[in-house]
Amino acid sequence: MSFVEYEELIKEGDTAIIFLGHGSMFPVQVQRGAQTQTKYGVIRHSAHLIGQPFGSRVTCSKGGWVYVLHPTPELWTLNLPHRTQILYSTDISIITMMLELKPGSIVCESGTGSGSLSHAIIRTVAPTGHLHTVEFHQQRAQKAEEEFREHRVDRWVTVRNQDVCKNGFGVSHVADAVFLDIPSPWEAIGHAKDALKVEGGRLCSFSPCIEQVQRTCQALAEHGFIEVTTLEILLREYSVRTANLPLPDLGGALDPLPVLGETQFKIGVPLKETVGHTGYLTFASKSLF
Amino acid sequence: MEGAKGEGPAGDGAMENSVEHPRQQDHLIRDGDFVVLKREDVFKAVQVQRRKKVTFEKQWFFLDNVIGHSYGTTFEVSSGGNLQPKKMMEEITSETKEAGIDNRNIVDDGKSQKLTQDDIKALKDKGIKGEEIVQQLIENSTTFRDKTEFAQDKYIKKKKKKYEAIITVVKPSTRILSIMYYAREPGKINYMRYDTLAQMLTLGNIHAGNKMIVMETCAGLVLGAVMERMGGFGSIIQMYPGGGPVRAATTCFGFPKSFFNSLYEFPLGKVNCLLNGTFSSKALPPESKDSISVEENNGTLLDDLQTSPKEMEESIVEVIENNHPQQETMEVISQEPEYKEHKERGNKKDYIQELQRKQEQQKKRQIEAATLLNERNADGLIIASRYHPTPLALSLLEFVAPSRPFVVYCHYKEPLVECYTKLRERGGVINLRLSETWLRNYQVLPDRSHPKLMMSGGGGYLLSGITVASDKQKSESCVLELQKTEEPTAKKRKVQESDSTLEDLP
Repeated sequence: MSFVEYEELIKEGDTAIIFLGHGSMFPVQVQRGAQTQTKYGVIRHSAHLIGQPFGSRVTCSKGGWVYVLHPTPELWTLNLPHRTQILYSTDISIITMMLELKPGSIVCESGTGSGSLSHAIIRTVAPTGHLHTVEFHQQRAQKAEEEFREHRVDRWVTVRNQDVCKNGFGVSHVADAVFLDIPSPWEAIGHAKDALKVEGGRLCSFSPCIEQVQRTCQALAEHGFIEVTTLEILLREYSVRTANLPLPDLGGALDPLPVLGETQFKIGVPLKETVGHTGYLTFASKSLF
Repeated sequence: MEGAKGEGPAGDGAMENSVEHPRQQDHLIRDGDFVVLKREDVFKAVQVQRRKKVTFEKQWFFLDNVIGHSYGTTFEVSSGGNLQPKKMMEEITSETKEAGIDNRNIVDDGKSQKLTQDDIKALKDKGIKGEEIVQQLIENSTTFRDKTEFAQDKYIKKKKKKYEAIITVVKPSTRILSIMYYAREPGKINYMRYDTLAQMLTLGNIHAGNKMIVMETCAGLVLGAVMERMGGFGSIIQMYPGGGPVRAATTCFGFPKSFFNSLYEFPLGKVNCLLNGTFSSKALPPESKDSISVEENNGTLLDDLQTSPKEMEESIVEVIENNHPQQETMEVISQEPEYKEHKERGNKKDYIQELQRKQEQQKKRQIEAATLLNERNADGLIIASRYHPTPLALSLLEFVAPSRPFVVYCHYKEPLVECYTKLRERGGVINLRLSETWLRNYQVLPDRSHPKLMMSGGGGYLLSGITVASDKQKSESCVLELQKTEEPTAKKRKVQESDSTLEDLP
């Protein structure tokens, strides 16, 4: 498996996603001789996983079955162990497009957090790009580095344990894009400008509170950034089901007699509970002049 | 470890005209480049060609002077239609002169501006610069000093927008082109809003090295977006209806030629043959002209077919669309020049030979595409067309490997509800999700921050999912288990293992 390229068969050391149905899933590290418990029974890695194609159905010891999926950054985002609040794919999608990320892009990110966005960035910029990610919390920085190694993407990412507001990203004039998800992004704008290429680049700052956004926009203007835009994006999911509505009985006076009973039809209804707010996304371009 | 930027795909990377140091010169505008002109929030995609008149936002000019400048440079139109680089003026944070407290005494009688239309025109004709005109307007407004600071700010911004014609030349990207198309010609892209496109690219895990199947009738915008995210690595098979795929928007991205080496196309009309093993490379009967023109309009609701005057005004993509012949010969735009040359020489024999050669080449490509499809191991599927999505999804998913994501876009929700249902019946897919995204932008100014407008319901819907091994295929591991039924049960059942040498570690 590779987070940056698809492979057909499961190997030892891979991270695979066990899918149980109805959106229920969890990641496993494939190891020779290991076992994984599920509510359907035991999955034996050597027998059921290693050498099998991703996407296979695996029948567990109790008789139920699960699917084993190839990991993707999107599945990882839904299943990773949280060390911080993470960014979900809805925000990640618009960030990726608005920062114009693509293979070969050099990106600077802070804070690394739980690595949700990091994995998505690495996937997008590989094989010719690179991610420089900064995390001021020592354990989180370490955990991130471990995960990147486990997921075999470490050659596309450099983790630095430092404070981006004080010491910047550790690189200068190389980045096509900078992403900030920190408590005081306005303090890092100067460093962001320095990390970005001289010819220009894109910047994004993610903040839950409007006051943070205001200060950031002011800092952006002071540093000469242009095309400053703030937006938020929300996901609205629909549940597809069959609905039945009974037909009312309005009496039998008509000829022919009206049909009674129920009518059945497919519906797409909004989910009862849905995410209201994650954060505001502020985008800007570094001006050449 | 620091990662160095590696080589891009294929040595000749850059555009046809510039071969040396493509990466170092990436930020400079070159002759022949595909660029996007930007004025405020209005965009237009054009190709840089010397002495070629370009119209944009009620002005006309030549692009010659942009060559050699960096992308992001701002220009203004000067006499003779020449562009002059113009440095962006800093916002006049006017040392607060006079300002009022509120608007209770300001009466809007339409007479507060003393300069008439003719006066302003005279100033323009004299060649007075934009910011000078704005200054004149301020001085000749009787109510300006009574406005609050915020209102003055707003007034100045508005006048600047109108009279200071700053044009920026930017590099095309999915971001810019998708925003451009949604704002100016949404009908051509089935009303796919740019955030919806962004979701598709991520949900579909589009990345370098994939083997993608793309079925779109969005003028080639979706194809271009996929190509950008793949960076020339991997391969794409574009399915198309009728005579050939429309790639007007794809051309706007300005991809290097090498990106097109791994782009294949395959006619929808032959999908069923391919699926039941009766594929042949013989040409399909040519489509009638009518169907082609309907394709251009995407055959939307009857009201939409009446092109509004605004749409007729200016095409957002210059010329390229007009020159692109929608014949059985699907030409990539870069091949156009030689095609025309032959015609001009008037040598009919050469022209026919060239045509035959191209047709042979296409036949060969089609067979290659068929072979790629027949491997049934594509890494993903993107559908975004004016056609009903269900039959497309049901058939095209057959070409996709297990454990791969797919995304289906539709302008309307109901066809996707049906598609969802049919996919459930078909099996072999999990994690089906029907969704849309809401986008809201904000004005952020000191003491004046508030949401602007909310975009929902008009950006289209997405159905996404992941393929899995279909029930027909039994995985090897089943052999090891003795199962009478495949129903999951809560009761513990002992499994007889036929091979006791299997590992049995704690």
